[in-house]
Amino acid sequence: MWEDWKSLIVEMRKGSVRGLARLITRVENREPGWMDAMQMIYPMTGNACVIGITGSPGAGKSTLTDRLARELFDRGFKIGIIAVDPSSPFSGGALLGDRLRMKEVSTLDDVFIRSMATRGALGGLNLSARDVVKIMDAFGKDIILIETVGVGQDEVEVVKAADMVLVVCVPGMGDGIQAIKAGIMEIADIFVVNKADQGEADQAVADISAMLELSSDETSSQVPVLKTIAATGEGVLDLVTIMLKLQEVGRIRSSWHEERIKEEILSLLEKEVAYILRCRWDQNGNLDQAVKQVIARKKDPYSIVQEMLALMHLQ
Amino acid sequence: MNTEKKIRVLVAKPGLDGHERGARVIAYGLRDLGFEVIYTGLRQTPEEIVSAAVQEDVDVVGLSILSGAHLTLTRKVIEKLSEQNANDILVIIGGVIPDNDVPELKKMGVSGVFTSGTSIKDVGTFIRSNLP
Repeated sequence: MWEDWKSLIVEMRKGSVRGLARLITRVENREPGWMDAMQMIYPMTGNACVIGITGSPGAGKSTLTDRLARELFDRGFKIGIIAVDPSSPFSGGALLGDRLRMKEVSTLDDVFIRSMATRGALGGLNLSARDVVKIMDAFGKDIILIETVGVGQDEVEVVKAADMVLVVCVPGMGDGIQAIKAGIMEIADIFVVNKADQGEADQAVADISAMLELSSDETSSQVPVLKTIAATGEGVLDLVTIMLKLQEVGRIRSSWHEERIKEEILSLLEKEVAYILRCRWDQNGNLDQAVKQVIARKKDPYSIVQEMLALMHLQ
Repeated sequence: MNTEKKIRVLVAKPGLDGHERGARVIAYGLRDLGFEVIYTGLRQTPEEIVSAAVQEDVDVVGLSILSGAHLTLTRKVIEKLSEQNANDILVIIGGVIPDNDVPELKKMGVSGVFTSGTSIKDVGTFIRSNLP
């Protein structure tokens, strides 16, 4: 069915959910021609607002995403959701369970949910998440929610893919020093303290607010800190109101726009170059050869890399 | 970086029985065999299962049924898959299924029936050898 990319893209643009789903699979699998396909899709994109939802495992990201999607759907937006869960570093398999928490929207038309495994990518997203955002955008989604894997302190890839980032925290995760560390605490456009019915929710809000006040960046002190109980939906209405207001003010990360495009080009290039070189070295046996030389302690990895770069006239 | 084609499997529990131990064991086991498993939880309608299967573009739908309603539920799932033009998705069943019902399930279009005692490795091998 739809063997060639072009007819698959046409099918997707006609509104076929199956076409959309298949296109995502083929791009995710990096099937031959995927970059040409993305070139065809790119001009159709640029209309959707992309919202990243990140936070630690068990913070309630999936449940909150479900509630947000429902509220936005009720306001007439067409919603796409990308839910990322980790791949096993051992078997390469994955158990993708985010859909399980999305009971509100998993049955609605106009809400498209796609579960993705990280497939070895670090940083909280999947290698092709940004491409999948574009495909959903081209399909006609107004708002795309990206739920990252449960992250620790340093996985901030979502910033590169989203126009707005929600960092979901839970009470009792740490004191004021945790809150002023670098990394994930710096990327929020909105902080959400979920499970606010648990004790210490106000303390968490206070810690985060204090951290924002300490910031040398003046805009930081304007970052909203909200309480929600995703399980019951409490606080979600206020959250959506603030999200839409921020979106109206303009793509709030627009100052990052150039930076983001630059980073996207470099990261695509890096992945492709590494992939092409790897295939070539695997085939001509140079890589195996090099490994043997290192094991025999005749060479070191650094000189091997320099030799290979010299061969390509890159050094 | 692993970008090879992954086999995607939806593990779903249609109907009203509330026992998901078996479904979880299968989901976990297939994960360990390298499959990407999407688990949707208890009490799913056939419509919900098929909608998830289409959106997730899975290669396989695995239904876990212990309620005795396997004939009705499976027939509905397969009908809905046809409506969505998604018959190419492999349908397999596990749970409490009497031997007498297996021929009828196969006639509906079920590829494999796995009752208790099946090893998960066998399920994995079956899936790999029955996909194009």
